[in-house]
Amino acid sequence: MAVAVGRPSNEELRNLSLSGHVGFDSLPDQLVNKSTSQGFCFNILCVGETGIGKSTLMDTLFNTKFESDPATHNEPGVRLKARSYELQESNVRLKLTIVDTVGFGDQINKDDSYRPIVEYIDAQFEAYLQEELKIRRSLFSYHDSRVHACLYFIAPTGHSLKSLDLVTMKKLDSKVNIIPIIAKADTIAKNELHKFKSKIMSELVSNGVQIYQFPTDEETVAEINATMSVHLPFAVVGSTEEVKIGNKMAKARQYPWGVVQVENENHCDFVKLREMLIRVNMEDLREQTHTRHYELYRRCKLEEMGFKDTDPDSKPFSLQETYEAKRNEFLGELQKKEEEMRQMFVMRVKEKEAELKEAEKELHEKFDLLKRTHQEEKKKVEDKKKELEEEVSNFQKKKTAAQLLQSQTQQAGAQQTKKDKDKKKLEAGL
Amino acid sequence: MEPMRQSPSPCSSRPSSPRTPPYETLGYVGIDAVLDQLKIKAMKMGFEFNIMVVGQSGLGKSTMVNTLFKSKIWKSTALDLERPIPQTLKLQSVTHIIEEKGVKLKLTVTDTPGFGDQINNDKCWDPILGYINQQYEQYLQEEILITRQRHIPDTRVHCCVYFVPPTGHCLRPLDIEFLQRLSQTVNVVPVIARADSLTIEERESFRRRIQHNLRTLCIEVYPQKCFDEDINDRILNSKIRDRIPFAVVGADREHLVNGRCVLGRKTKWGIIEVENLAHCEFPLLRDLLIRSHLQDLKDITHNVHYENYRVCRLNESHQLPRGPGWVNLAPTLGGPPATPRPSKVCQQAQDDSEDDEEC
Repeated sequence: MAVAVGRPSNEELRNLSLSGHVGFDSLPDQLVNKSTSQGFCFNILCVGETGIGKSTLMDTLFNTKFESDPATHNEPGVRLKARSYELQESNVRLKLTIVDTVGFGDQINKDDSYRPIVEYIDAQFEAYLQEELKIRRSLFSYHDSRVHACLYFIAPTGHSLKSLDLVTMKKLDSKVNIIPIIAKADTIAKNELHKFKSKIMSELVSNGVQIYQFPTDEETVAEINATMSVHLPFAVVGSTEEVKIGNKMAKARQYPWGVVQVENENHCDFVKLREMLIRVNMEDLREQTHTRHYELYRRCKLEEMGFKDTDPDSKPFSLQETYEAKRNEFLGELQKKEEEMRQMFVMRVKEKEAELKEAEKELHEKFDLLKRTHQEEKKKVEDKKKELEEEVSNFQKKKTAAQLLQSQTQQAGAQQTKKDKDKKKLEAGL
Repeated sequence: MEPMRQSPSPCSSRPSSPRTPPYETLGYVGIDAVLDQLKIKAMKMGFEFNIMVVGQSGLGKSTMVNTLFKSKIWKSTALDLERPIPQTLKLQSVTHIIEEKGVKLKLTVTDTPGFGDQINNDKCWDPILGYINQQYEQYLQEEILITRQRHIPDTRVHCCVYFVPPTGHCLRPLDIEFLQRLSQTVNVVPVIARADSLTIEERESFRRRIQHNLRTLCIEVYPQKCFDEDINDRILNSKIRDRIPFAVVGADREHLVNGRCVLGRKTKWGIIEVENLAHCEFPLLRDLLIRSHLQDLKDITHNVHYENYRVCRLNESHQLPRGPGWVNLAPTLGGPPATPRPSKVCQQAQDDSEDDEEC
């Protein structure tokens, strides 16, 4: 029941010529500005033996001292350590995640060394897939943790690849963009280096290992990519210490027999690695990861779960079932949680009730106690009052008695004085 | 009123400061070269833009599109008297590839002749909604394939320009119905068509009334307030929101004015210059749609409207009966299922206290 849309008969896209300036040439700028405000994500996986110089190389590449302690050689198995950093350069914010393989190549039995690495990469793809399959998703603000580039550190033996290297690379080549590099290249002499490189490349080709191909389809970068790919694998030297060379400080390694300058193209390929990895192909690495490796993972995963696209006649909306299952699961969980919460609530209410009852009882008791004490006090006061009244009445009696006495004595006195007066009169009248 | 920024640099802002202090790189690494890489990739792949114009006949939709893209998108404008007014709404789509300074744009314009032209216009928005949802459906079907294409062709409607007739009073019931339904599915930019029949004061009061109507009915037209990412966006977009709906005039003929050749409409009382801000607001519309917010329109369509459609679709499709032919899950013509209010997927600026004052 699609809506019929009329289209003019010559439906082929025609190129139309504009008669004036419209203004959409600002589109790339608009796009870039949007991306800049969101920031970029880049995740590098460094695979190599302990002590081969992975952390130092990362420090040198990004011109920063990422803090990390060197790993020991006693790890029982390979484990991956991921660390995230935020770098900012002019107005570009980069969320860089560096994943290290700790303990790679240290065990006596190295059969399963590649497994944790593959599992980690798959786990990142899985997380992205889960987010993509969600009903309510927020893909554009999702922190992309998929590995964009894998730097495989080859030990500078000067002979050929180790079998561990071949096995690991073979397992990783369909999952991640592999860029092989020869580490600690200052231990190889120049003539040996050339032979070593060609031996490595031929071994990779003969074993069918697909390493990352620098893109050569875009004219602006085709040339530089083509010239650089000739130098694969890059022989790098990493150093964060600076040595005075001529009249300026440069990153270098100082030996009694000379100084190896990191940024000197005659000494090592560090500059080429930096160009390729960061300045020219970072976006392409991300795109390849998303459109090739991730799609492959997704396809395999979905087919594994039993879905397929069939021909247009009866296309089952196959992800339907996952959604439904997930939905039911979600609803079930929701109900369970609700029950739990209800239980907890009921329990809490009971507890609170008990507490309150206790408190009530206590209050009652207190009240009774207070009442009793009050009664007692009242009685005491009344007793005292009575006593006082008695005293008062006694006092009154005494007072009246005393007054009476006084008046009597006064009268008596008065009579006496009268008698005296009379007597005196009488005496005087004699 | 000062015009919008004419520069091609778009609306997005400076990046907000990260929560963890970034490591200072001691020396140039070259991370910012990724911007150039992005540009090269984008230019190689080309851009796509799909715009839909809706309005009654005779409001100047086709002329407006021709003026916007400075080319004859439509072979003939609707002044074709031989062609009868269609009895039902039939959408017409045309696609062109235009190129400017190395940037290729695949432009698809969808016209809706017959909208609002019948006596009984009830449910005339249904075919339009159906078309929009059909594009979402197509994209969704491509996206859920097991083996999917590297670049899914994007036919979703990024912007719908709605032409409001210049009555001078306020929004009519048809306008209100349409805007209410469509602003939840697609980015709608309302414009006052044929604004040369209104004086400047009449335009202002008409505009205020329309804005008032939109506010009271809680219709969110583009640029939506809830998707402003941060303070710079908000400032820029508030200026735009203040002038929506733009009063526009379309013209595809050139005339000589003061020795310059300008696009305009010639009348007995003067020449209305389309690109003159004192005459009409066409430059503002063009800047909004093309020069500064095109990418933003596409992003909001992809991140918000399409996601909303997908959520509804995936939630309700379990209600459909199973069986062969179960699928072509084309949306019913009754419009999409009740879409929830677009979820605010963009981060909001810290000081968005006024976000809740409307609706």
